[in-house]
Amino acid sequence: MFNLLSKRYLYFAISLIIILPGLIVIAIWGLPLSIDFTGGSMLELKFTEAVAPAPSDIVLLYQGAGVVDAQVTTTSSGEYIIRSSFIDEDKRIELVNAMADKFGVEPTILSYDSVGPTIGQEVTNRAGLAIAVAAIAVILFITFSFRGIAHSFRYGVCAILAMLHDVLIVISVSAIGGHFFGWQIDSLFLTALLTVIGFSVQDKIVVFDRIRENSAIYRRLPFEVLVNHSIVQTLQRSINTQLMTSEFMLLAMALFGGVTLREFSLILLIGLLMGTYSSLFIAAPSLVIWENQEWKNWFKGKGKTVQV
Amino acid sequence: MRHRVLVLVIILVVLAAAIWVVLPNNPGITVGENHRSFDTVLGLDLQGGMQVLLEADVPADQEVNAQSMQDARTILENRSNGLGVSEVVFQVAGNRRIVGEFPGLTDTEQVVAALKQTGQLEFVDFGDTFVNVGTVVKTSLGGSQVNPTAETPAATGTPTSETTIDIQNTVWNTIITGSDLKAVVVTTNNMNQPIISFELSPEGQKVFAEFTTNNVGKFIGIVLDKTVISSPSIDEPITEGKGAISGNFTIDSANALAVQLRYGSLPVALKVIETRIVGPTLGADSLQKSLLAGIVGLIIVILFMTLYYRLPGAVSILAILNYAVLTFALYKVIPVTLTLPGIAGLLLSTGGALDANILIIERLKEELRLGRNIQTALELAWKRAWPSIRDSNLATIITSIILFWFGSSFGASAVKGFALTLALGVAVSLINITFVTRTLLSFAFDIFKIENKAKWFGI
Repeated sequence: MFNLLSKRYLYFAISLIIILPGLIVIAIWGLPLSIDFTGGSMLELKFTEAVAPAPSDIVLLYQGAGVVDAQVTTTSSGEYIIRSSFIDEDKRIELVNAMADKFGVEPTILSYDSVGPTIGQEVTNRAGLAIAVAAIAVILFITFSFRGIAHSFRYGVCAILAMLHDVLIVISVSAIGGHFFGWQIDSLFLTALLTVIGFSVQDKIVVFDRIRENSAIYRRLPFEVLVNHSIVQTLQRSINTQLMTSEFMLLAMALFGGVTLREFSLILLIGLLMGTYSSLFIAAPSLVIWENQEWKNWFKGKGKTVQV
Repeated sequence: MRHRVLVLVIILVVLAAAIWVVLPNNPGITVGENHRSFDTVLGLDLQGGMQVLLEADVPADQEVNAQSMQDARTILENRSNGLGVSEVVFQVAGNRRIVGEFPGLTDTEQVVAALKQTGQLEFVDFGDTFVNVGTVVKTSLGGSQVNPTAETPAATGTPTSETTIDIQNTVWNTIITGSDLKAVVVTTNNMNQPIISFELSPEGQKVFAEFTTNNVGKFIGIVLDKTVISSPSIDEPITEGKGAISGNFTIDSANALAVQLRYGSLPVALKVIETRIVGPTLGADSLQKSLLAGIVGLIIVILFMTLYYRLPGAVSILAILNYAVLTFALYKVIPVTLTLPGIAGLLLSTGGALDANILIIERLKEELRLGRNIQTALELAWKRAWPSIRDSNLATIITSIILFWFGSSFGASAVKGFALTLALGVAVSLINITFVTRTLLSFAFDIFKIENKAKWFGI
């Protein structure tokens, strides 16, 4: 049988290789927050009746002028509301001239204002608080539903640790993508993060359930062997569920979907992949490390692992 | 399963009802005078809606404090959530404007009227004078921000007699204000009229107890935005800090007032300067492409399930389709405003539903490899897979209830929309896996008289 657990420190190292650069990027350049969080400018204009450019053309035009985050909304009376990061007077004139060139008509400017965030600071804080409370509730729930086996509390804690790992990976990847490819942390990102959290916890419990079931059957087995056996048994299901629930659909959306949802699909794809990965390679190994209390050997030279 | 024919009949009946609800152009249900239509409500990001431009109602040359505009935005968001108008986005624009966007083409007029009420509640010492309900009065509380002529409905009654004019020009003493209220709920009195029950903060309780003790038999005025809404006499001292406001309320107006009191008064009066229809924020062309891509992904999932898991795979696709129809019907009945976060919640719960099916099929294959006969293997597979399905889904439901609760009490509508569709989806999925997948598999195994496991199960 495969011994998936013997390389557990390697898995942790791989995760750190992804997380640490992200954290460094955040520390130096900060998170690439979008206008949903920071606010920006709102330009409202109208073309003559005959000219109705597609909103995506205006977004492209903004991008050409170095403003990468324009969002265009149209109204029933043919006005365009363009929200973007802050643009000054000169930039505005440049953009309007560019539009006149491209669409053949000088647009009439109806209003030009700075706007505040649509997601206030307090909403972000409270979403964070809600997730923290939910995490504690999940720990309590797992402790309760695994009460039949020893140390049920550990299962709850390890599930949440692995879930936090997934969140960190998503944030790190987004920060790196933000700095190098102009990705943005917007309201869609918040949605992706919530989805990853939900999926991650659900997947951890399914994998842990197999350990719970096997604990009752194989009472004599060392814990490490038992956990390894359990994750090997759930491997087929883990892979298929991952393929079905995210890979096929999100890959299609990331490759062929519209521009606005491409980043969202990609971040979600990475996050959900991590949800499956961390159940097997973070959450389960953490249980073993806890059981063996391996941290006692971390600073005493080479740690010894049980041979399977 | 002994009653599997009965279960199958129930499944088909429920499915038929759900399909009827899901059908476009559904006429809705009319019971007596109540008509209920089942429309798909899409959020601002997917469909667009009404945009309302609000402006601070102060003279043009007067500066508006930036912080008070921010506070006003937060209060508007909380109020609209409190009123049950979901997925509204508010944004401060410039120095004195707030842009509000409402999903769908609903009649925003009434909602905005309720939202923009300044909502300054005062308990006023009227002494021995009885003041008519609807009278506009002056109070000792700084009234500079409130503009009674613009913000409050005109006083009812004809203020011609000398005493009325006297009442209007007297500056009455404010005892406590809306900010001294701790809890506010709408209840009904013994005549079944809506009243607003409140509980005072410890500070307010002290002041109010002292005042009512010293003024038994006199009048107290309950004044909203400088207009008297109720003027009861004090029958006995109120020392417990609890009371109720009765007035000419309907359930709706009582709720609206309760929401205003709960989330505080607006620091600045607002007026509507423009209302118009806006398109989706995510761009219709982009959505179309993503939808198409999603459908392609779905077809791949169906193909994979059928090719890899053979017969049980095909059966669970049927179960998932049943799940999809039921969930969507539920969204239409409630109704849920579908936004992108909402759809993410739906997709996640669909993922959970697929996972539950995969868990059972994988277990089924394990049992079959051990050489059990097919119906026994199905029962065992279900028994073994159930704890993992139950616990993982319960954890998701717990998470989404907490997210929903936070989302609705703090105005994070994206969080709320996500949590609602997720919780509903998971609940339907649990019922679906318990009854539909099991029953359909059981029938399928009988119908196809399976002998060759390799062919039917891919073992």
